[in-house]
Amino acid sequence: MKIIAWLTDGTWEACVDATAEIASPDDEVTLLRVSDPELTEGLHGAYAGLVGRGRHRHDPGDAMESASRAADEEVLAAAGARLGRPATTETRRGRLEREVVAAIGDASLLVVARDGDRSRVGPHSLGRATRFVVDHAPCALLLIWPDEPDRTLPPEPHGAPKDPGAPKHPPHGERPQPPGRS
Amino acid sequence: MQTVTAIGLLAIVLAFAVARPARLPEAVMAVPAAVVAVLIGLVSWSDAWSELSALGPTVGFLAAILVLSHLSDAEGVFMYLGGVAARVSHASPQRLLGVVFILAATVTAALSLDATIVLLTPVVFATAAKLGVRARPHVYACTHLANSASLLLPVSNLTNLLAFAASGLTFVGFARLMALPWLVVIAVEYLVFHRFFASDLGTPARPRAVERVAAPRFALIVLALTLAGFAGAASIGIHPAWVATAGAVVLATPRVIRRWRSAGRILLETNPAFCAFVFALGIVVLAVRHHGLDPAIGALVPEHADLLGLLWVAGLAALLANLVNNIPATLVLVPAVAHSPGLILAVLVGVNVGPNLTYVGSLATLLWRQILHAHDARPVLADFLRLGIMTVPACLVAGVTALWATLQISGVS
Repeated sequence: MKIIAWLTDGTWEACVDATAEIASPDDEVTLLRVSDPELTEGLHGAYAGLVGRGRHRHDPGDAMESASRAADEEVLAAAGARLGRPATTETRRGRLEREVVAAIGDASLLVVARDGDRSRVGPHSLGRATRFVVDHAPCALLLIWPDEPDRTLPPEPHGAPKDPGAPKHPPHGERPQPPGRS
Repeated sequence: MQTVTAIGLLAIVLAFAVARPARLPEAVMAVPAAVVAVLIGLVSWSDAWSELSALGPTVGFLAAILVLSHLSDAEGVFMYLGGVAARVSHASPQRLLGVVFILAATVTAALSLDATIVLLTPVVFATAAKLGVRARPHVYACTHLANSASLLLPVSNLTNLLAFAASGLTFVGFARLMALPWLVVIAVEYLVFHRFFASDLGTPARPRAVERVAAPRFALIVLALTLAGFAGAASIGIHPAWVATAGAVVLATPRVIRRWRSAGRILLETNPAFCAFVFALGIVVLAVRHHGLDPAIGALVPEHADLLGLLWVAGLAALLANLVNNIPATLVLVPAVAHSPGLILAVLVGVNVGPNLTYVGSLATLLWRQILHAHDARPVLADFLRLGIMTVPACLVAGVTALWATLQISGVS
């Protein structure tokens, strides 16, 4: 089986650990790292906006671009070491969600970590790019929690059977009280 | 005919500055254009001379600040700031954002927006990468605050320096009136960033050991004394440009004593081409102003610094800054509102905050970049533009309202 682990900042360790746990010795593992050039492009643009300076200094966007590539390499190397088994690595540049879906190819499993607001279970625990990948990946997904989630379910909304339009989740900022604690 | 010629000269200078054929400095076109403007009589010799002498201290101030920030970087000030940010944030993206906001706002205010974009942003990116924190909110914060946090001091932005000379305000008087607008604009940016980047900021990294960077004490002390000197010198009638020059000289001395040859390179950091560009642009804009623009702009700007007048002129300034660029926008608008310090400061809110709307500072630059990069499929910066739409109008209204309140309290109009 071909497995791809998508490594993002802040959550890649958990992805690598999950991959190591489920991959059998004859599985083929790819560690995928995608960076969005929009960030460096923004800095190139900010520098271009400094009219009159005559490109006196080096474009800081160039420095950030090479630092970004170096950081990608570093994460892949650390992830390879953490995985503790042979794996191929792949780096891509482009819009995160599209590059990840494009990288899947004929792989049968994609390991993804939740990002975003993970203080409680619910739709906000998926960032925009991750949401797109979950919706569009043409393969099976292993969607992991990078840390231990709050396991309490949101309470049933009052009068739910009578009002099907009521929100399924508590309003933002309200945390469901686990039974027995109040 | 003269009007057409003057506008034509300005258009050529700006087009060249945006397109920069063969990567030539902008001054290559601006200086000859200024000379032509004087030779064909669009600007008289005496007017040209008085414009140059009016711009002199401003450009000198600019040159000294450029050297000061270069030397601070060479002494390791920015690396040190990155180290402090890493340590204080404890790998929490939210805390890092708070620290980056403070750093970017301070660096921009004290050493100008160039220092933030060229020197601070790469350090902030490296810090985020080292911590394993998603760098997007923090890098965008630097590029945004380089513009919107450049309200506080006359040194923070070339636009401020240009207007400062005309405003008749003291260094401290300027800072006192702009302090509240500066804080309010930063607060609005912070709130919008918090919502906009909620998902990136909600992804904490695993804490990791951060090595301590030794504080470059000499450079930090010289910078602090220079800043204090700006306020002190103004009160005894010394132009702050001299204080900045003194700071730069003190900071450069140990280097120059160690290696005589470094003196030349440090002098080049004054960016003579940029200084020449500012002088030349001043004269070319003067030609346009003397031939039709002044009455036209005069009809557009309000008489009084009431809240509506301030909002109107700030909006006009933001619009103009986005159409051309904020430096010509300032040169055109400031003389038209020179009768009122309040309106001058409102122009500054507009020309400083406005450029965040188009991420490269003006539509002209944006279009040109699109044309240049059309073949290599550069990404459309949807995020950046969305962020601009969410912050700029809110910052303009909040900043101008804060300015109006300050003017009311201090009795300046």
